[in-house]
Amino acid sequence: MRPILMKGHERPLTFLKYNREGDLLFSCAKDHTPTVWFADDGERLGTYRGHNGAVWSCDVSRDSMMLITASADQTAKLWNVQTGAQLFTFNFDSPARSVDLSVGDNLAVITTDPFMAFTSAIHVKRIASDSSEQIGDSVLVLKGPQGRINRAVWGPLNRTIISAGEDSIIRRWDTETGKLLQESEPEVGHKKQITSLTKSADCSHFITGSLDKSAKLWDIRDLSLIKTYLTERPVNAVTMSPLLDHVVLGGGQDASAVTTTDHRAGKFEAKFFDKILQEEIGGVKGHFGPINALAFNPDGKSFSSGGEDGYVRLHHFDPDYFSIKI
Amino acid sequence: MADIINMKDAEALAAEWGIDTSQIDFDSIELPPGEDFGIISDDEDVYQEEQLDSDTGFGNVIVVDNLPVVPLEKFEKLEGVVRKIYTQIGVIKEDGLWMPVDSKTNKTLGYCFIEYNTPQEAELAKEKTNGYRLDKSHFFAVNMFDDFDRFMRVPDEWVAPEIKPYVPGENLQHWLTDEKARDQFVIRAGTDTEVFWNDARHLKPDPVYKRTYWTESYVQWSPLGTYLATVHRQGAAVWGGATTFNRLMRYAHPQVKLIDFSPGEKYLVTYSSHEPSNPRDANRVVINIFDVRTGKVMRDFKGSADEFAIGGAGGVTGVSWPVFRWGGGKDDKYFAKLGKNMISVYETETFSLIDKKSMKIENVMDFTWSPADPIIALFVPELGGGNQPARVSLVQIPGKQELRQKNLFSVSDCKMYWQSCGDYLAVKVDRYTKTKKSTYTGFELFRIKERDIPIEVLELENKNDKIIAFAWEPKGHRFAVIHGDGPRPDVSFYSMKTAQHSGRVSKLTTLKGKQANALFWSPSGHYVILAGMKGFNGQLEFYNVDELETMATAEHFMATDVDWDPTGRYVATAVTSVHHEMENGFNIWSFNGKLLYRTLKDHFFQYQWRPRPPSFLSAEKEEEIAKNLKKYSKKYEAEDQDVSLLLSEQDREKRRLLKKEWEDWVNRWQRLHEEEKLERQKLRDGEASDEEEEYEAKEVEVEEVLDVSEEVVSFE
Repeated sequence: MRPILMKGHERPLTFLKYNREGDLLFSCAKDHTPTVWFADDGERLGTYRGHNGAVWSCDVSRDSMMLITASADQTAKLWNVQTGAQLFTFNFDSPARSVDLSVGDNLAVITTDPFMAFTSAIHVKRIASDSSEQIGDSVLVLKGPQGRINRAVWGPLNRTIISAGEDSIIRRWDTETGKLLQESEPEVGHKKQITSLTKSADCSHFITGSLDKSAKLWDIRDLSLIKTYLTERPVNAVTMSPLLDHVVLGGGQDASAVTTTDHRAGKFEAKFFDKILQEEIGGVKGHFGPINALAFNPDGKSFSSGGEDGYVRLHHFDPDYFSIKI
Repeated sequence: MADIINMKDAEALAAEWGIDTSQIDFDSIELPPGEDFGIISDDEDVYQEEQLDSDTGFGNVIVVDNLPVVPLEKFEKLEGVVRKIYTQIGVIKEDGLWMPVDSKTNKTLGYCFIEYNTPQEAELAKEKTNGYRLDKSHFFAVNMFDDFDRFMRVPDEWVAPEIKPYVPGENLQHWLTDEKARDQFVIRAGTDTEVFWNDARHLKPDPVYKRTYWTESYVQWSPLGTYLATVHRQGAAVWGGATTFNRLMRYAHPQVKLIDFSPGEKYLVTYSSHEPSNPRDANRVVINIFDVRTGKVMRDFKGSADEFAIGGAGGVTGVSWPVFRWGGGKDDKYFAKLGKNMISVYETETFSLIDKKSMKIENVMDFTWSPADPIIALFVPELGGGNQPARVSLVQIPGKQELRQKNLFSVSDCKMYWQSCGDYLAVKVDRYTKTKKSTYTGFELFRIKERDIPIEVLELENKNDKIIAFAWEPKGHRFAVIHGDGPRPDVSFYSMKTAQHSGRVSKLTTLKGKQANALFWSPSGHYVILAGMKGFNGQLEFYNVDELETMATAEHFMATDVDWDPTGRYVATAVTSVHHEMENGFNIWSFNGKLLYRTLKDHFFQYQWRPRPPSFLSAEKEEEIAKNLKKYSKKYEAEDQDVSLLLSEQDREKRRLLKKEWEDWVNRWQRLHEEEKLERQKLRDGEASDEEEEYEAKEVEVEEVLDVSEEVVSFE
């Protein structure tokens, strides 16, 4: 498996997202330009210019027509995937951290960071099917968690929102009433900041990665802890194979300490775990900085990783990967 | 605070009550007397002892007896003399000297009281002047004022001590009878100290005992593994027992810093160093030697740090530890200390100097005991600018006869290495070259057990090579040397006797260009680990010296410690947080370099195997077992197989359960997903396609007109 190195960003990667068909890969980085690539050969298709700050997260509509991005320039933007044209800009009072489109692509959940006097918040926006009718008003605003909310995603049938962040607690909110329905049990939950959260393909469970050097698998409907994956590095990014029972953890020591130690000490590999047995089964080396983003192709036959080093590495699996037995 | 309280917990609690901890001066909090809030102090008796001392408040007062009885006219003169003597030792408080006068006879009573600023000074004054000879008929008798109370309480009539009924002790060697013949080790990580079995068959450590805040600095096994010693503010303690770790004995020694067992673990030496009252003075050092089993102080040594500092090399504030080196094998018969121009050898029957005097050896620099016999090897450097040669000599104790001596010329330094049975002594000699600008190294090899102790000189082939490491094969005849000048040194193996040359040292082999800077022989010999610590990032090469071949090469990244288990079956490599902050933890390897398991622990401080006492098998028996190893090993191989079968069976079962549990989850999810299908469609504006359905790949041909040009073609 020879990885394809995609060098298009000038700053550390922050997020990766495949479209539904798995032929396009969207990447976000701390440079201000989200980029779209061919997921097969890593050729760069184009960029979305217009943000004025680090882009933290993105999501793409089911029909691959519309892209939504969240940026530190205190905006979230809608884009035409094909032309790269800006369709609409949501303005906030603080940096936008994460974005997730609902089933049906009619709603988007956007989180904003605490900034100056503003606390962190989760905003729900209605996305108009015709962008000329788009308005910037929030349908719902959720507040409460202390510190940054690193990720918020939709639960099944858009009835709930799952959020996780700096306070290491996972919360489940009702989207009808805006009430907090449930918090994860502190005894079984993460001990440090949750850095990433990824849903399974069928939206039945999700995995969280944390700086406490572990990743945990949860039921999305009742927040019960199903599995824990222990590793020896802080986890920045997690993803799950849609095809096999594998989960992938990426991370590494804090970026500020990278230059002071040997690259081998940093633990910059992407680690594969057996999803059920919770055992480590392999690793993919390559990055020379911590891994910040991971995404699986929806067909399960390739995955990509984005690092602090500014590279996206696209890995197509060898045939023998699909016959791993442990 | 006697105990360390987990501040995090305290702060969390305080936050709960709405108290800002930063506003509180914890030291100012006083518990109501007699209330311990249910916290049982470990140190009840030590505490009481301290209380006794301070009860009277006269801890800094001494009583000097046997003074001359003088009339009033001589009073001032006597007072002057006494004051002169005692101000030399410490600062006497203002009005601190009181010599009572008998009002009837107008004569002094022959004693006086002296009050110092600190109890330490008083203690020192007592020590220094007790028995001081003022003149022919007056010898001072000096006591602490506080002691009088104690002396007075001694009953006049002797009462027979109560004979306590005999209570059989626990079998302290119980761990040796482990059915699986496993070894134990102790680790310290964070605030926890834990003892484990090394369960290599199950590829994991098996916990034995764990205790938080077990020690305040470090832990140490006794040399035969019977005890685990812990270090506390009030003193040291040893722990042991058949099944768990109970406290067996306590050794009160306030502020103890370092401890050391005698090789036969009969005695425990404790060391502390105290700030002097006068900052110009050197630190005051207190060394106690305890009997391990009774806890009695056998001898104490007190003095300034200068008296115990030797050569100024390393150690704690100039004192190289252990100050007292034990000799004479496992009988703990002798111990010795290096002093200025002398070596003081004590014997443990009376705990006094042999022949009541130290051995005077001009300018002696270093000495070592033979690990087996009461023989001291000592090194004296050149004197008088090279007129008197440097020498290494072997001295027999207690006779103090010189067994052998070797004069050496233009020596810069010597290091002595004993083979573990005391059969051989290697002296590494650094000599100046003719220009005196650089040094080169050679070895003097002593054969202790042969008649007249023959000495052989060994020089390296390349004289400019620096010696990086030297190590004898335990119980063997071979040694290994890492030498070289460049970044990749060579490793050479030598043998003191081979089939061809029984009485001559011969080279076995040289391995070129190794990433190694330390040697770790297996305790049973035959195998050695060539380790590249620090600069070499933890390279490990497992080398078989019998076959002269590498068994395995591996790496434990940034390893700081390598430790063989006492049987030589397993090796532990550790990354401790003392040297390296990342990846703390330890790895366990088989003797031939197979990684068995890894354990990661943050803030990992210490790893130590529990030593085993020497085997009771005779050398012949051991040889016989080695010869018929196949026969003996059969039983264990069968056991191994059983375990691995059982393991795989358990493993399979566990996996099956996990898989089943997972399938239940997935089925539930699928059912829910199916139930929600219609609603999902509605959310998607009736779009039927769900994730499950395959989308169709259509080939679409797009024709684009790039250019249209009209051309008139002539028609013919």
